[in-house]
Amino acid sequence: MATNEALVEVKDLRMYFPVLAGLFRSKVADVKAVDGVSFFIKNGETLGLVGESGCGKTTTGRCILRLYDITDGKVYFEGQDISNLSGESLRRMRRNMQLIFQDPGASLDPRMTAGTITGEPLLVHNLVKGKEYREQVAELLRMVELEPRMAIRYPHEFSGGQRQRIGIARALALRPKFIVCDEPVSALDVSIQAQIITLLMRLKEELNLTYLFIAHDLSVVRHISDRVAVMYLGKIVEITRSDELYDNPLHPYSLALLSAVPIPNPVVDRQRKRILLTGDVPSPIFPPPGCHFHPRCSLAQDICRQEEPELKDIGGEHWVSCHLVSK
Amino acid sequence: MADKLLEVKDLRTYFYVDEGELRAVDGLSYSVSKGECVGLVGESACGKSVSALSIMRLIPYPPGIIVGGEIIFEGRDLLKVSEEEIRHIRGNRIAMVFQEPTTSLNPVLTVKRQLTETLELHRGLDRPAAVDEAVRLLKLVGIPDAERRVNDYPHQFSGGMQQRIMIAMALSCNPSLLIADEPTTSVDVTVQAQLLEIMNNLRKQFGSAVIIITHNLGVVARYVDYVNVMYAGRLVEAGPTEVIYGQPRHPYTIGLINSVPRLDLPRKRGLYVIPGLPPNLARLPKTICAFSPRCQYAISKCQEQRPDLEQVGDDHYAACFRSKEIRELVEAG
Repeated sequence: MATNEALVEVKDLRMYFPVLAGLFRSKVADVKAVDGVSFFIKNGETLGLVGESGCGKTTTGRCILRLYDITDGKVYFEGQDISNLSGESLRRMRRNMQLIFQDPGASLDPRMTAGTITGEPLLVHNLVKGKEYREQVAELLRMVELEPRMAIRYPHEFSGGQRQRIGIARALALRPKFIVCDEPVSALDVSIQAQIITLLMRLKEELNLTYLFIAHDLSVVRHISDRVAVMYLGKIVEITRSDELYDNPLHPYSLALLSAVPIPNPVVDRQRKRILLTGDVPSPIFPPPGCHFHPRCSLAQDICRQEEPELKDIGGEHWVSCHLVSK
Repeated sequence: MADKLLEVKDLRTYFYVDEGELRAVDGLSYSVSKGECVGLVGESACGKSVSALSIMRLIPYPPGIIVGGEIIFEGRDLLKVSEEEIRHIRGNRIAMVFQEPTTSLNPVLTVKRQLTETLELHRGLDRPAAVDEAVRLLKLVGIPDAERRVNDYPHQFSGGMQQRIMIAMALSCNPSLLIADEPTTSVDVTVQAQLLEIMNNLRKQFGSAVIIITHNLGVVARYVDYVNVMYAGRLVEAGPTEVIYGQPRHPYTIGLINSVPRLDLPRKRGLYVIPGLPPNLARLPKTICAFSPRCQYAISKCQEQRPDLEQVGDDHYAACFRSKEIRELVEAG
């Protein structure tokens, strides 16, 4: 699935976390958080990543940023293999990619002022100092629609939405090309969510950013993304253009996920067909054999219990990993 | 109105904090009929949870105190009954499901003990009968292998399963009113759909009335019969669900509905954005419309007087001076 314009590309990414037990803390099993994931993100594009908690979407984002030493597979940034970078070369690479966290209350240091939080990356990377530093911090705060005079305040003096703006300003400080947004609006109120989504979309246009947008709210993901990948138990089960996924979902899991989202209109919602999934997501330590989704899938057949499906190209930028979907 | 189960009249719950008097709920009135599903909708700190805790008389004092109003439940004013009586009503006639099952379940007791405790206390069952009943309840909320799992501790269940246990516990005494405070906020959409379906089926089966407290407009659209929209401790709009979504008459309701992206409509470039932040309740003047600082349709009257709920249609009420013309104003942009 490689293209020349891909800013980020991930090939067969695997991230296993060891399960330790016993007196000598020896490894007894692996949590297969990400288990063979491949995709690319084009320059200037927003790729949405959705799935239930524990499906590996956050881990995928963190692997791309190389916050973990990945177990296997490759991560390319602007064509360069960054899977094994370390030390100074990794530090330099990180200037190009940043992370926006879910909970702005927990991700900002309560003892630092908004200005220091925003400007810290500039100092860490020795980019500017003195008057120029102060100007850049003021400019960053203006970019996220905060007033520069608020730079002297501490996080607790801001509301949740304003704190998320500070988190965004900090992520923008090094003028990155790529930002992983990990559930950036999930902790916010409805009216504030709309403000932050609008801000993120405006910044993307203005600064020519590329986003990996991780969220569990499918309506938000569809609104902001050009393409969407659906993850289940460490694997991508479907990836396609945003509109195509919502108009023509093919994987049974995507269908169930979409039908579970209530539509805020009683007339429309009460007429929809609903697919209720039974049970919970199985453990990623011992994932079911064959297709990981088969124990919860109403259409499962013998082949689904035995053979693991491949992610197949069915044309029109639409990839599905299901035995029952043919070209 | 013989079939009214609960009537909240002019409820006022204030908190006395460093900043002064914080009017968390300030003159709230609504009612719930038998078997009805009523929604209490609003953003954080609008007073929706405090109003529910007031019904259960669970407001921590100090700093909180119910300073006025009436809560008529099954013909009695809950604010006037003795502590002994309210304890009997709580859990027995009115049950509550909270947002965080992890913090609401006791981690050192097995699920069996937590369920049987209520059954022995409120329904007077002996231990073996209570255990049988506990297993039956767990089956009712769809916990597989209930006979064995009843002996497990809460941490051995997933978040969705824990919330099912909370629902089982709430239903254990056949309450006539179930208050669900953000019951699905901490779970995945697929689990949310399962839980709401369970609650809805049980409601139909046993005829309990339900108050769903939530900020999720989708959940409201799917299950609720009558919607109460709260802002800054007061109702701003109330009406049957189809009317609230179809012809909202308060600018806050209109903004809220338009600010969420919808799966069933083509993607738009921009979302509607309500500017600004919810007000600080301790500094909110009593004499203005609390929403007016964020309202693009505000006129000078909105800064001088506080609007009361007025009837704008069949069983439809809005607290806005411009509710009659608001739909034309919105359409004009």
